Amino acid sequence: MRVEVVLPGVLADLAGGTRHLEVAPSGGTLADLLDTLAAVHPRLARRIRDEAGALRRFVNVYVDGDDVRFTGGLAAAVPDGAVVQVLPSVAGG
Amino acid sequence: MTDLLAIGTRKGLWLARSDDDRRTWTLGEPHLLAQEVAAVSIDTRGPAPRVLAGIQYGHWGPTVMWSDDLGASWQETEAGAIRFPEDTGAALARVWQLRPDSADRPGVVWAGCEPHSLWRSTDGGCSFEFVRGLWDHPHRPTWEPGGGGGAVHTVLPDPASDRVTVAMSTGGVYVSEDGASTWEPRNAGISAAFLPEPAPEYGQCVHKVAVDAAGPDRMYAQNHFGVFRTDDAGKAWTSIAEGLPADFGFPVVASPSTPGTAWVVPLVADVQRVPPEGRLQVHRTRDAGETWTALTTGLPDGCWAAVVRDAVCADQAEPTGLYVGTRDGCVYASADEGDTFGLVADHLPDVLVVRAARIPA
Repeated sequence: MRVEVVLPGVLADLAGGTRHLEVAPSGGTLADLLDTLAAVHPRLARRIRDEAGALRRFVNVYVDGDDVRFTGGLAAAVPDGAVVQVLPSVAGG
Repeated sequence: MTDLLAIGTRKGLWLARSDDDRRTWTLGEPHLLAQEVAAVSIDTRGPAPRVLAGIQYGHWGPTVMWSDDLGASWQETEAGAIRFPEDTGAALARVWQLRPDSADRPGVVWAGCEPHSLWRSTDGGCSFEFVRGLWDHPHRPTWEPGGGGGAVHTVLPDPASDRVTVAMSTGGVYVSEDGASTWEPRNAGISAAFLPEPAPEYGQCVHKVAVDAAGPDRMYAQNHFGVFRTDDAGKAWTSIAEGLPADFGFPVVASPSTPGTAWVVPLVADVQRVPPEGRLQVHRTRDAGETWTALTTGLPDGCWAAVVRDAVCADQAEPTGLYVGTRDGCVYASADEGDTFGLVADHLPDVLVVRAARIPA
């Protein structure tokens, strides 16, 4: 099973300088994908989830274009071949 | 020698240097740009000065970073320097305070964080151990967050004993006499105008506490209404606000060398957080709060910017230098204990913290 993770440019340095990662997740949910990502890129994973495992408030994750907050959150299904996009939400000042 | 001034702001960190005994300052380029830097320390105990920064990286969460080359490069621990244990169910929201311990305890650094928690590092701030004794205190579930969030914002380790003092908004002052294992509230005499009972055992919104140069039992507290002093390590506090134009404010700083000398920066009130009459003013006591003197030379008139709790500090030089940062991005420095100030920087983002140290040139 392979999944493509697309990162915003500001996080590329934490992924070895690339915005596109090929990941073989340990299971079929977003939580599985992020656990696999954390084992390889822990600093990157900390930007997406806090240490309690929750998605950070102002980080949005889309699986094949769908916002996971409306499709099960960390339990959202991530099928083989999915494109998972991480984007900062509209926030700040 | 060089005097180094670290300026943490809502959108980055700046370092200013003085090579002429603080007569003139040179402001460097921004570091950690666009990241909130609410906590900074300059640890001079090692072979090279270490700048520690508690940052909030925009959307991407808080962490601790450090630089051993004055900002040329920054490091962070892979897994995160501060991580709540899984059983707490909590997650780090903000680093409010980074406090190196004494020279006799090399490598020991304390961190005060949001949610209300205390942390101790023995490796210079690369990783921190959770201080469970404070977290498990039965009062903790009832410590309410202040406007800025519920946090341990002040950590005062006593260099000569196992005493550690913390202050929290809200919660108040808590003291451990056994190296941070067990804790008791010490707020007797500190008011809580925002609670139905005016003098509760705990729950006060103590904005900052400083230890007097006379010794660890004498401390000053700037409260959410009220300025207080204790002479018995917090067992009893008495008001020392008489003579100040207002008893509201955030910082209180004690001289590191002269007993009885301390500074506050009054604001009008909690619903009017601006300098009195729009005149930025520092007030200094030389008699442990019996009397106060307004210090305004070199500070601006027509200034309506607040000064937050960690945006004032003293240095270790002689005479003592004093540094004041404002929410409108200005930093003022005094090399004469506040008698006169000069502008170090302006047009920065909101200044959240300033820290000064003398380092090898």
